[in-house]
Amino acid sequence: MQNHILSIILFTPLVGAILLLFVPKESKDAIRWIANLVALAGFIVSLPLVPWFWVQRFEPGVKFVFEAGQWVQRPGMFKFVDGIPNTWIPSIGAGYLLGIDGISFLLIMLTTLLGWVSILSSWTAIQERVKEYYIWFLVLQTGMLGVFMALDFFLFFVFWEAMLVPMYLLIGIWGGPRKLYAAIKFFLYTLLGSVLMLLAILFLYFNHHSVTGVYTFCLTALYETAPKIPFQYAIWLFLAFFLGFAIKVPMFPFHTWLPDAHVEAPTAGSVILAGVLLKMGTYGFIRFALPFFPSVVMNSKVRGWMIGLSIVGIIYGALVSLMQKDMKKLVAYSSVSHLGFCTLGIFVLNSVGLSGSVLQQINHGISTGALFLIVGILYERRHTREIAEYGGISNVMPVYATITMIMFLSSMGLPLLNGFVGEFTILQGAFMENRLWAGLSVIGVILAAAYLLWLYQRVFFGTVTNPKNEKLTDLTPREVLTFVPLLIMAFWIGLYPKPFFQILEQPVNQIVQDVRGSEPNVMAKTPTHKSVDEITQTSPPAVEVPVAAKGKK
Amino acid sequence: MFFLDYIWLIPLLPAFGAAAMFFVGRKMQKSAVSAVCVGAVVVAFVWACGSVWQYTDWAARHGHEPFQQILYTWLGSDTGHLNYTTYNGTPARFQADAGFFLDPLSSVWLLFVTGVGMLIHIYSIGYMAHEGGYYRFFGYLNLFMFSMLTLILGNNYAVMFVGWEGVGLCSYLLIGFYFHRKSASDAANKAFIVNRIGDAGFLLGMFTIAWYCGSFRFTDVNALARSGHFQVGDPIITAATLCLFIGACGKSAQLPLYVWLPDAMEGPTPVSALIHAATMVTAGVYMVARSNALFVLAPTSMKTVAIVGALTAIFAASIGLVQNDIKRVLAYSTVSQLGYMFLALGVGAFAAGVFHVFTHAFFKALLFLGAGSVIHAMSGEQDMRNMGDLHGRTRVTHWTMFIATLAIAGIFPFAGFFSKDEILWQAWASEGGAYRLLWLIGIITAFMTAFYMFRLMFLTFHGQPRMGHEVEHHIHESPPSMTGPLVVLAIGSVLAGLLGVPHSLGGSNRLEKFLEPVFAREAHVLGAEHPAQLAAGAKEQEHTNPEEYLLMFLSLGLAVAGWGLAWRTYRHADKGYVEPLAAAVPPLYTVILNKYYVDEGYDYIFTGRRKLGPVRLGVMGLGEGSSWFDSRVIDGTVNGAGWITRLTAKLSILWDTWVIDGLGVNGTAIVARLLSYAAKLLQWGLVQWYALVMVLGLVGLLCAQLGLLLWFAVWIAATLFLGIVYLLAQRYLESRVRG
Repeated sequence: MQNHILSIILFTPLVGAILLLFVPKESKDAIRWIANLVALAGFIVSLPLVPWFWVQRFEPGVKFVFEAGQWVQRPGMFKFVDGIPNTWIPSIGAGYLLGIDGISFLLIMLTTLLGWVSILSSWTAIQERVKEYYIWFLVLQTGMLGVFMALDFFLFFVFWEAMLVPMYLLIGIWGGPRKLYAAIKFFLYTLLGSVLMLLAILFLYFNHHSVTGVYTFCLTALYETAPKIPFQYAIWLFLAFFLGFAIKVPMFPFHTWLPDAHVEAPTAGSVILAGVLLKMGTYGFIRFALPFFPSVVMNSKVRGWMIGLSIVGIIYGALVSLMQKDMKKLVAYSSVSHLGFCTLGIFVLNSVGLSGSVLQQINHGISTGALFLIVGILYERRHTREIAEYGGISNVMPVYATITMIMFLSSMGLPLLNGFVGEFTILQGAFMENRLWAGLSVIGVILAAAYLLWLYQRVFFGTVTNPKNEKLTDLTPREVLTFVPLLIMAFWIGLYPKPFFQILEQPVNQIVQDVRGSEPNVMAKTPTHKSVDEITQTSPPAVEVPVAAKGKK
Repeated sequence: MFFLDYIWLIPLLPAFGAAAMFFVGRKMQKSAVSAVCVGAVVVAFVWACGSVWQYTDWAARHGHEPFQQILYTWLGSDTGHLNYTTYNGTPARFQADAGFFLDPLSSVWLLFVTGVGMLIHIYSIGYMAHEGGYYRFFGYLNLFMFSMLTLILGNNYAVMFVGWEGVGLCSYLLIGFYFHRKSASDAANKAFIVNRIGDAGFLLGMFTIAWYCGSFRFTDVNALARSGHFQVGDPIITAATLCLFIGACGKSAQLPLYVWLPDAMEGPTPVSALIHAATMVTAGVYMVARSNALFVLAPTSMKTVAIVGALTAIFAASIGLVQNDIKRVLAYSTVSQLGYMFLALGVGAFAAGVFHVFTHAFFKALLFLGAGSVIHAMSGEQDMRNMGDLHGRTRVTHWTMFIATLAIAGIFPFAGFFSKDEILWQAWASEGGAYRLLWLIGIITAFMTAFYMFRLMFLTFHGQPRMGHEVEHHIHESPPSMTGPLVVLAIGSVLAGLLGVPHSLGGSNRLEKFLEPVFAREAHVLGAEHPAQLAAGAKEQEHTNPEEYLLMFLSLGLAVAGWGLAWRTYRHADKGYVEPLAAAVPPLYTVILNKYYVDEGYDYIFTGRRKLGPVRLGVMGLGEGSSWFDSRVIDGTVNGAGWITRLTAKLSILWDTWVIDGLGVNGTAIVARLLSYAAKLLQWGLVQWYALVMVLGLVGLLCAQLGLLLWFAVWIAATLFLGIVYLLAQRYLESRVRG
């Protein structure tokens, strides 16, 4: 069971989609029930992963290496590995190979949770082409899960591209007035990035062959050869990957597809888009760009540019967000700002920043996912997202106003809610590398309060001035149910994030060690100065070498 | 150790109250709401008293160490594998505990926050009795108590920050309690965002500390700071403390971040008393006092604190001189008094600053609650120009407020006298030279304080009644649930000063002694660097100093003078009375009445809410610029790229249809067809003709071989002629047959 849990999680939504094919399209409620049950099942089958992963969070995982003419497992990073390299399409060296570490584990749990939440939220919002909608949604779900699980580059790319199509259709068919523009922009923009990435992947693939004589897309095998590529080639490969991932994140200045896609997408599409799809970019950076090209990302110029773009994204996204007149666009630009924090955490390249970044990715999925649900609820009732159309909504929808307040606070990083933990950790990590980076990024924290509170004031406070808003009904139980898991997660991460940090500890340290390998190991370094612990004599004794590091050497 | 072992219950009890209101408050009776929420705070108060009592015992046995209790690891991981490197490359653990902490400093805060908080909760039962959203109000109040107590009891900077932001949130929620009013929600936003600016400073300060000291924990940081590991004047410590002080400026409403506090008066009056007078705004003082070990290592920061404090004190007091809204006067008075506290901290008199926080909590809470009682009696009227002669009908309110006024004005022997005098004396004695200027500012502020407070008293309770008949008819004393707390606080305002009676007046300065474990070592560090401050630290030996008595009499005299001036000016105030300043220097009066136009200036320059001519500056200006840049330049580039692609595609289509397909493909076909027409002429399908042509050809070839070109030509011509004739003949015959 444990050996194939990933495959089960991966294909549950797809099986559901196939099942839906056999339901007549007229019986809409049956389709809704089946889709919801499948999505819930998708979430439930992923739950056993939690205890299973938890007990081995500090254990070493495995990696595949090609030795003496065969593939063997060695201690490495990945757990719950399913499949063997090069066995799917042996002629080109592609394998059906799944596996996760702490980072992908968290993202997978986020995906299954948000998948369920967004399908639940579509119940009344989608009235046309119901069957196709749910089918595509479930296909999308499998595509996203595949991206986070694939340990084979070919498989990864298949999922990466495959998930574009359903998202394109979700925006293009069930979207708003400018849906075609948005859908095509989304598709072309993302495709542009992935084409260059494909070239880079092929380079790595042939490079691996020229070094070892083996054709393979197996990720762990490529991890061995790619970092040795000379800088003058590696920089171009990195840039190709960068473009692919930066568009997906999206990093400034590749972000303008995002507001359009969000504004036009149906609510559930926005939730998934912000909650999960954007994380593929950041995940790509962590999983591929960093370990493949350590010499490039450690290059101070490249790193400076990456950090610079992140910080510009943080402040710029917030500023643009402040001036939006459309609620959904406002939330979309706030995503640019929040994702700026995530990429900042990645490129500060230390354990604290990186774990903060992953945590913030989860947080952003929860908070911004909830924000899109929130906007969607008003939109469904009034069919407008103009801020000026609202005012005094707390008078008519008090429960809704309360939930919104909590989610806004979570999004702006109030302590004891999730957003704070991520931002704090990222800023701490950034500060340790460079004081200026943290100093500038903190501005984003201030602006976040400004644009969210101002939005809240204009929509919820005051008296109801627009007669159309007088009869708005408060949340239905189903709508409340969509928020419950998100609220629970928000408070959980805010109050007790330790489990998350522990899950991330091993992969994050491993990646930082891989990237900074040329430098003396941060963890194992013997303090040259008197350590803080010695001086204060209150904290427990000094640090040990992490398990992962032990396993690797 | 019963109370101390469960010290985490103190913040958690109000948290439970808030949670209860959140989930079921809507369905609860008002009495049930008050029972839960007020009950939670009462129990918290009892628990706090028990804890402090047990702590004093415990501390005596443990060398006056702080009592710590760690519940769990909050941020980071306790495995020891999630680390960062400090400034000198030492690995340090990224870990912040959810831990609580009790020492004399937090004890002081704990007692007055729970005590005053409890009284204000009781007061609110009466004050809010007729308001909507009763459960919401009490839920927020309890949430505030939770945050404030977390702030006080946290054992590290991160937990303190939880409370720090938490009180900011509650302040936001409570200022915006009457959210239908635009002014209220504006004020709420302003409070939160200005506080956020301070919080950003706090965050950076906290990071600097973690980077430099390798821990968030107060005990670690203080131990390191006191170990002599850092030099006095260390630039990083200076930066850290300055960042922290920015945080303190936000929370405690100091220049230039004070602007939110006067607007915060939009909230219900008990809120102003609890949050914006007695407790939350002293958080900055608490934080600086808590970080005293670091601050004394940074003389520049200390100087900044002192100067900002003194300037804020006199600046706010001057605005308070002419305000007409009873709550605004008190708000500016609060800002001004907070300035005193920072002045004390800045000159190294930490205990004096804390002492003033403590006494201020009583009399300022009392003043606000009294003002609330007045507003209650006046049916919501807050403008003092429409009050007057209330003393007869609101006796309790009048007398208790009078006591508070005596206390804040610094009249002997009320609480404010001792604490304010201690600060002024320390400012005088700590260092010579320019520091005397700070003292001068302080003493002028003392005079202003006395004046505006008695102005408030005379305008409200004396003079001629200036309200409308309807309002006058309804004037009544408030219910006992409101006057009760007033009386208790009045007793506090009289007695609180006795905790810190200086040696020069025959007291024993108990509070300072109690706080000694927190601050004592600082006097030493300071003294090593500044001999003058050593003198201040050792003032206990020289408490017979005649200077001290002289200064005491001077400040007392100025306070009485302020009282007298107010009495002369306002005791007979009737409808349409004229402010003497307005009569004397009208422009100055207008400027001060409009609060030096600071809000307007901020709106023009920093927020951009107002346009400067056609230009919008500030954050909103930047936002507009960014939006323009985004839609025009960045998205313009993207759409431009799309447009160019489409243009290329269109050109390609033209090329494709006209050149490739037209000229290339179809052109070839046309040429071929033309050629085929020519060829067709030769092919009309008669075998005999072909045979003839072949024969002719053969003959021709033969001729050519033989050099008979002429013959060849004749042959060709003859053949063509014959052929054409034959063809025409056949066509003619065919047409005949068909015809």
